[in-house]
Amino acid sequence: MGGSIVAIGMGLAVIGAGIGIGQVGSKAMEAIARQPEAVGDIRSNMILMAALVEGAALIAIVMAFLVR
Amino acid sequence: MSTSFKLISTFIATVVLSLSAFAHDHNHDQGQDHHNYNEKADAAAHVDDLISHEDDHLSCDLADNHGHEEFDPGNTAFHHIGDANVYSIGPWQFPLPCILYNTKSGLDLFLSNKFGFDFMGHGDGHYAYKGYVLDAGTIRLVQDPNFPKEKTEIKGIVHDSLDRAYVCLGDQMYPTYNKSTADFGVFGGGITPFFDFSITKNVFAMILVVLFLSWVMIGAAKAYKKRQGLAPKGTQSFIEVIFAFIQDEVAKPFLGKHYMKYLPFLMALFFFILGLNLFGQIPFFGGANVTGNLAVTMVLAILAFFVTNLSGNKHYWGHIFAMPGVPKPVLTILTPVEFLGVFIKPITLMLRLFANITAGHMVVIIFVSLIFMFSNNGTSYIGGYGTAIVSTALTLFMMAIELLVAFIQAFVFTILTASYIGAAIEEPHH
Repeated sequence: MGGSIVAIGMGLAVIGAGIGIGQVGSKAMEAIARQPEAVGDIRSNMILMAALVEGAALIAIVMAFLVR
Repeated sequence: MSTSFKLISTFIATVVLSLSAFAHDHNHDQGQDHHNYNEKADAAAHVDDLISHEDDHLSCDLADNHGHEEFDPGNTAFHHIGDANVYSIGPWQFPLPCILYNTKSGLDLFLSNKFGFDFMGHGDGHYAYKGYVLDAGTIRLVQDPNFPKEKTEIKGIVHDSLDRAYVCLGDQMYPTYNKSTADFGVFGGGITPFFDFSITKNVFAMILVVLFLSWVMIGAAKAYKKRQGLAPKGTQSFIEVIFAFIQDEVAKPFLGKHYMKYLPFLMALFFFILGLNLFGQIPFFGGANVTGNLAVTMVLAILAFFVTNLSGNKHYWGHIFAMPGVPKPVLTILTPVEFLGVFIKPITLMLRLFANITAGHMVVIIFVSLIFMFSNNGTSYIGGYGTAIVSTALTLFMMAIELLVAFIQAFVFTILTASYIGAAIEEPHH
């Protein structure tokens, strides 16, 4: 099992993104439950925010690949 | 309150756990190192010893029984998501044109069947041609200038632990250069003395998708002219839904009244990415992983970068270099961060699409690989058949997810590009 510290870094990045996307998703679900008529706006904003959170994790993972 | 407490405690627990895991691993490594050192205490230099040790392992005997070595799911996955100079539909392998430029011998043009690959093979060439060999679908150049230039039968190609390839000709082993890629060698390969401009599997898939999209789009456009005032029909009605969705949900909210200027670019991005995402998921049809190729997504991101920054107005640049209403000392920190943000935005665009598509394909391949792993390379029938059922179900599930991801990622790329352009062309509100 090579690249142990890199793997840990990747894991931490994924945990961070997981918490972030989980928050985005849960708040979006709450918002949809409160205002079902705004589902279209909320959905596209949710995807946008999830993508932005994901971006930070992706940079971490690619950095991990580069310093391997 | 309780949510943030849970978050913080989860984070602390994770850090502690991962640190303890690291400490354990570190100790393990040290122990092994120590052991090795004892074993080779008489060797003069540790590094030299390592290299010769590796070379001892590698011999051309391995080239003969290719395919009987231990199954490596990681390498298999990288091979299958990679680009190739062979187009395979089911078990049939079709040659593709190779366009190679070498700094020494100049331009070479030939079809990849010169390398002589097998029906149902994995794209390993049996012949070397002009110093080039076909290794698992990709072209490599032999480093030795004395290597025969005409078509020569080779014994095989072997790889060392760092994925360097060696060509076996007779009893001689010739090292090769890395693959020629444009992704700066993140996944092997890199800038090499030869440049591969071949119409590879990915390029061919791109041409196919572009032709298909042009046919569909031009057909739909013609239908609007012909059937003015009538209800949409055929492909026209299918395209109209997606087109109107991107226009109303992406272009108008982010770009405001100037949206018509950027709409063609956004539509081209969306349909190009969507088409390639979906094309890459057709099973047994080439499996061209175009949007999961860093070079392709890099070009798309560079286009987005230029469109964003070339249309940026005074207001946009002012917010980057001198954010209004911010004290001078803060600006010394804020300006570099904002300036880096200009480049980080397209980089994340590039990575997001690449990583999502690649990860999806990789998971499918790993699920299929489970069959080989649990059946001990085909020796255990119970393990093989048992896992086959489970992994088929998992693969189908994963492909359904991937279908969703194909749409989401095309949409995300478009919406983020639109939001970056929107930020660049926004007018001040005062």
